[in-house]
Amino acid sequence: MPAALYVAVYSGLLLFLAGCLRRIREYARTPLHLRWELYPVPHEEPSRVAHGGSYFESGQWWLSPQALHHRREWATMFQEIAFLKALREYNRRLWLPSFLFHFGLYLAIGATFLVAVASGAVVLIPSTGPPRLAQALGPVGRWLGYGAGALILAGAILLLLGRISDRELKNYTKPADIFNLLFFISTLALLTAGLLRGDLRGASLAAIARGAFRFDRSVNIGGVFATGLIFASALAAYIPFTHMSHFIAKYFTYHAVRWDDRRNERGGAIEGKVAEYLSYKPTWAAAHVGADGKRSWAEIATTNPAREGKK
Amino acid sequence: MSQHVDLREVSRPDRTSLVHLANENLMPLPEPLENPAKDRPWTLLSEQTKAKYECGLDDTCAVNIPQPKNREEEETLVAKFLSGLDKLFTKENNWTFLQPLLLTMEHCTGCQTCAEACHIFEASGRNELYRPTFRSEVMRRLYFKYVKHGGLLSAWQHGAIRLNWPLVARLIELSYRCNLCRRCAQTCPIGCDNGLVAHELRKLFSQEMGIAAKEIHDNGSMLQLKVGSSTGMNAEVVKDNIAFIDEDISEKTGIEVRTPWDVEGADVLLIHNAGEIMAWPENPGAFALILTLAGVNWTMSSELAAYDSINYGLWYDDAQFARVALKHIEAARKLKVNRIVLGECGHAHKALCVVADRILTGDSNIPRQSSLPLLRDIVMNGKIKFDPSRNDFPVTLHDPCNMVRLMGVVEPQREIVRKLCPQFREMEPHGVNNYCCGGGSGFAIMSGNNFADWRFHISGRKKVQQILDVFSDCIGPETSKYLCAPCSNCKGQFRDMFAYYDLWEQNRILYGGLVELIVNAIAEVKPGFIEWEWH
Repeated sequence: MPAALYVAVYSGLLLFLAGCLRRIREYARTPLHLRWELYPVPHEEPSRVAHGGSYFESGQWWLSPQALHHRREWATMFQEIAFLKALREYNRRLWLPSFLFHFGLYLAIGATFLVAVASGAVVLIPSTGPPRLAQALGPVGRWLGYGAGALILAGAILLLLGRISDRELKNYTKPADIFNLLFFISTLALLTAGLLRGDLRGASLAAIARGAFRFDRSVNIGGVFATGLIFASALAAYIPFTHMSHFIAKYFTYHAVRWDDRRNERGGAIEGKVAEYLSYKPTWAAAHVGADGKRSWAEIATTNPAREGKK
Repeated sequence: MSQHVDLREVSRPDRTSLVHLANENLMPLPEPLENPAKDRPWTLLSEQTKAKYECGLDDTCAVNIPQPKNREEEETLVAKFLSGLDKLFTKENNWTFLQPLLLTMEHCTGCQTCAEACHIFEASGRNELYRPTFRSEVMRRLYFKYVKHGGLLSAWQHGAIRLNWPLVARLIELSYRCNLCRRCAQTCPIGCDNGLVAHELRKLFSQEMGIAAKEIHDNGSMLQLKVGSSTGMNAEVVKDNIAFIDEDISEKTGIEVRTPWDVEGADVLLIHNAGEIMAWPENPGAFALILTLAGVNWTMSSELAAYDSINYGLWYDDAQFARVALKHIEAARKLKVNRIVLGECGHAHKALCVVADRILTGDSNIPRQSSLPLLRDIVMNGKIKFDPSRNDFPVTLHDPCNMVRLMGVVEPQREIVRKLCPQFREMEPHGVNNYCCGGGSGFAIMSGNNFADWRFHISGRKKVQQILDVFSDCIGPETSKYLCAPCSNCKGQFRDMFAYYDLWEQNRILYGGLVELIVNAIAEVKPGFIEWEWH
């Protein structure tokens, strides 16, 4: 494979990681917001989760520590990630194409992982090397890859048809939305066409990955598959800079907003953060707010604009 | 029939409405309101209103924004809007909601799952203007263009938008076409929150431009901070009214009731929505009677704003919200009570128990709780004897969004009605999947111009449908029916909406609170506490 292809693959991966980290950092560094949870909250007492209840249903909730059933929360999240539970429940029409697409992506990640492990182990621990580990994992990865390709392609085509044909989506479909789906479709189409043309020339996916680990330029693949790899790398690099990075956002929207019912307790971590935020000096311009850039939130909240600033 | 509105029309320079509302386009209602031709006609906006205010959104006008006199004034207002938009995305100005707002701005996929959950969109006959994503999409495009300073590539990625004064004026009105019930957010697969977008827009308009609905700002939070209550009652007037209510309740029930005021060291500081005292005095009276019979050591406070639990800032202004919440806490601290208990008012529950939690530090962090679990414990502990046969009429329960979906208080009220009301039946859907009454986020007190027509025909329509459905087996006037709504705001909406559709006169559907049902079933109380009269 030409060095340019390796550079493309590694650049794609690095940009993907950098973009994801940037987004995670951006959201993680925003201040703790006011409570804005929505019920049901799955880490509540199991007896309450079924009807969406909270600890506020207890007579004197402040007398007992807040119980957090995290296992249930993660189980709910797993259903959401693996099966797109919310979409299945509230938007069945969109669920099937979206599920095919996302499940295909999970398979693709799984396939990449298996192929990388097989080939990586060969590189790092030569004693495990071909034929044993590669033989064991390689075919599994390959078939996962084929399945992933078929599902992503089917899902993306169905999503694209939906976008184009549904009049209700017209206001909310930007050129980039069509481009994104076409990007997926063309990437998958190139990789599939490359495979069908015999672009791997007898080499296994593990062997190609091994070549990538070693920067082995003697690995020989055809142009269509190579173009597909470049597309895939570009796609990976592009995703974190679009709303398609919602796999990151979802952690925050669910765990840090929708399900964040942590109490502010005296002397606790939340109180410490709030104390800092209350020292911020806002600059809102409306007269009744009384924010001049010098007064802190705490000062503003303790004035009374209806009584001429009397406390 | 749905009406399509192209998103670009929001910048249309003329002042004509983007959509027109007609009864035949709305979601059909069941009997006896099934005929759109017989539905109440819409009041038209007067020519004077249209000439004076910005009414270019739909056929109503909620905020009464004066039309700018000239182009310069328009440009100044647009500049203020942009400055406020920028502030929404800085931590110094908006630490309170920055994170969820950013996530919502940057990750909506436009799948429209939220639209199927929105009662306003559905009831309007799927009118594009009321789709929850419509206003969010406008704001999202503005965010990428003006906050993130996006160019052509950004417009390709996130959509183009033309900012001008007509857009801002329409956006102001559009921020008051959402009940902030957040049913849409509950269904979003990503976790985006269109209700929050409406909230943040209202905040921008209020905190930067000084623009808010008069009913919730001037006559709401400002009046409360000035005299103590948005009803206009000062402490002396409230005490007089409560004394009168005590006297009336004592006579009516045969049990002596006296509301304690400013008792230092009491266990419970009870705060009502003061609207109850004026509009539904039997509600605070019933509370006083129940707490007296249960032997609770309680008090009310005559401190400024502490006898009115409302906190309208929750709907539009963080500064006003914090000020009122702190007034409530200040009163509790002064009296050294163990806890604050909130009467039947949904948004007051959410405001003080949940949202204010992260502004209360040190000894300001006094336990706050809903009255519903307290009432449940009183009803269930056997100290008071009940006769459920006194409540042997069809009863259904309305779930106030702020108590249920947004706070998780779902079962206590149900335990009570299941025990005390033999003919209790649930609306569908209910609990955390409920529909808003249509009066949420301040609409219940907003009736300027013809806005009432909008909130009865559109925002309240889904709830009317639910109520008629749940009583469909006994819809005739021969059976008296009770809609239990443990929230003042919701009751205000039901009062006005039932009168509008004549549901009391024609169908004998009465609305009321939970404590009225409890007192009606207390064995030692004289029978007939619920009077089956329109009020």
